[in-house]
Amino acid sequence: MMAGQGSRVEGQAREGAGVSLDPRPLTLDCRSDFPILSQRVNGRRLAYLDSAASAQKPRAVLDAMTAFQETAYANIHRGVHTLAERATVAYEGARARVARFVGADDPAEVVFVRGTTEAVNLVANSWGAANLKPGDAVLVTALEHHANIVPWQLLAGRTGLRLIPCPVTDAGDVDLAAWERLLDAEPVKLAAFLHVSNAIGTVNPAREMAAMARARGARVLVDAAQAVVHLPTDVRALGADFLCFSGHKLYGPSGIGVLWARRELLEAMPPWQGGGDMIRSVSFAGTTFAEPPSRFEAGTPAITEAVGLAAALDWLEGVGIERAAAHERGLVEEALARLAELPGLRVIGTPRERAAVISFVMDGVHPHDVGQLLDEEGVAVRVGHHCAQPAMERFGVPATARASFAAYSDAEDVEQLVRGLGRVREIFA
Amino acid sequence: MSTSDLYQAVILDHNRSPRNFHPMEGADRRVEGYNPLCGDRLTLWLKLDGGRVADASFEGQGCAVSRAAASLMTAAVKGRTTAEAEALADRFTALVTGRLPDGAAEREPLGKLAVFEGVAKFPLRVKCATLSWHALRAGLRGEGVVTTD
Repeated sequence: MMAGQGSRVEGQAREGAGVSLDPRPLTLDCRSDFPILSQRVNGRRLAYLDSAASAQKPRAVLDAMTAFQETAYANIHRGVHTLAERATVAYEGARARVARFVGADDPAEVVFVRGTTEAVNLVANSWGAANLKPGDAVLVTALEHHANIVPWQLLAGRTGLRLIPCPVTDAGDVDLAAWERLLDAEPVKLAAFLHVSNAIGTVNPAREMAAMARARGARVLVDAAQAVVHLPTDVRALGADFLCFSGHKLYGPSGIGVLWARRELLEAMPPWQGGGDMIRSVSFAGTTFAEPPSRFEAGTPAITEAVGLAAALDWLEGVGIERAAAHERGLVEEALARLAELPGLRVIGTPRERAAVISFVMDGVHPHDVGQLLDEEGVAVRVGHHCAQPAMERFGVPATARASFAAYSDAEDVEQLVRGLGRVREIFA
Repeated sequence: MSTSDLYQAVILDHNRSPRNFHPMEGADRRVEGYNPLCGDRLTLWLKLDGGRVADASFEGQGCAVSRAAASLMTAAVKGRTTAEAEALADRFTALVTGRLPDGAAEREPLGKLAVFEGVAKFPLRVKCATLSWHALRAGLRGEGVVTTD
């Protein structure tokens, strides 16, 4: 469970040794930064345990977006007037902020998209369509979100690529021996995998998986949608060629996300959507395209949302991402211990390292009914297949209930969850 | 809005011990029903005889609402003419979407199915209640696969 990050943070806090000295306590108390959490739901205190689906937004993000709309909003890259200038500076500033967040040297490696799903689709339709030939393999894992399965299946119909899932163990870890074996046995041109499983919480050994793939000449795409909010991201250290994530799981707004890709790859990639802002010049004889990242940002983008994303990164790094992760780890451990005491409740997956996600099923009660009854207690969890049906199938369940934690989660949320599950058991006795 | 409107004793009972919950030999219709939203699925078997539903059974995975709805549906349509079964499907759908006019006369033909009235207060759960009825309509019309979309 975040073993690396978590224990390092604790070590620093206790011994005062290490690279980043953070004297602040490990237990966060930032619930009051989130206006939405102060309301009552069905007459109860809101225990929002659905952050892996979408995180709530701190006041700082809401204020930054409102201030931008009230003082600086206009279309970008086009006008010469004052507001156009302000908006362009803010939008490009957000790009530079994202580059710093992921450890990229060059803001031009950051392409703004709608979210992780669009980022994967962009890579599939641009890089994939240009580089994948019949018989080429795209290696994924059996834990993938549909967003990293379906774009490749759609592309397979056009290019003849083969999509190969690497098996996962009963614990919910990627079978690394199989990963290596498949890389050796198949003509893998791209290894595309999630860093953290949204369905069961597994933290994959992404660096190791990437290194194995790169050593065999494959490109590496990391779906970091669930990872960026819990683990410090450094694209160079990770060894990725493409990194995809969404703003809304990072305490930012929906409608904005990021594709980071190595500059040389982006430069060689053809556009995938045509329109304004992505061209150098257009005539009916032919059109030449802009350099990256503009080449991949046709049309007016989500300008205010980019500003909101930058504010979210400021907020998160202000709190401290490792500190938040350690806080979440404590809550997850507490929750796992409490859930283990509930008869008939089974947690799905026991991965070596777990992010802030717990997926579970209850004997004789369908997850939808669990979710409905928890809602009445003010507890918000996700129920269903989590857009990861192959992962559900791997564990022999059609669906689960999922509690996921964030920086603003606290011990009372865990308490409310456990109480609510007790009531579910009473009703479905 | 309280979940006690949703989880009526009859619904909990049919969830725990669904009736007609088995595959059927020699069925005239076999329909696969899916709810893509939640991954629920059911298989419905119908035996038809001279314009009547002679027998109905189901199997599948789903929440208490969808399981109880399928259980009560199979019990309710047995012996009815296909036209009566379709009319019942319409009335049930009106009930769970809150479109059935007030009054006992409108509810009387539903019998036990009236316990699903509370579903109307939970719009996200309407599809759970109607999946088996969609499958029934498809089966009566000779279609093999149906989704709640």
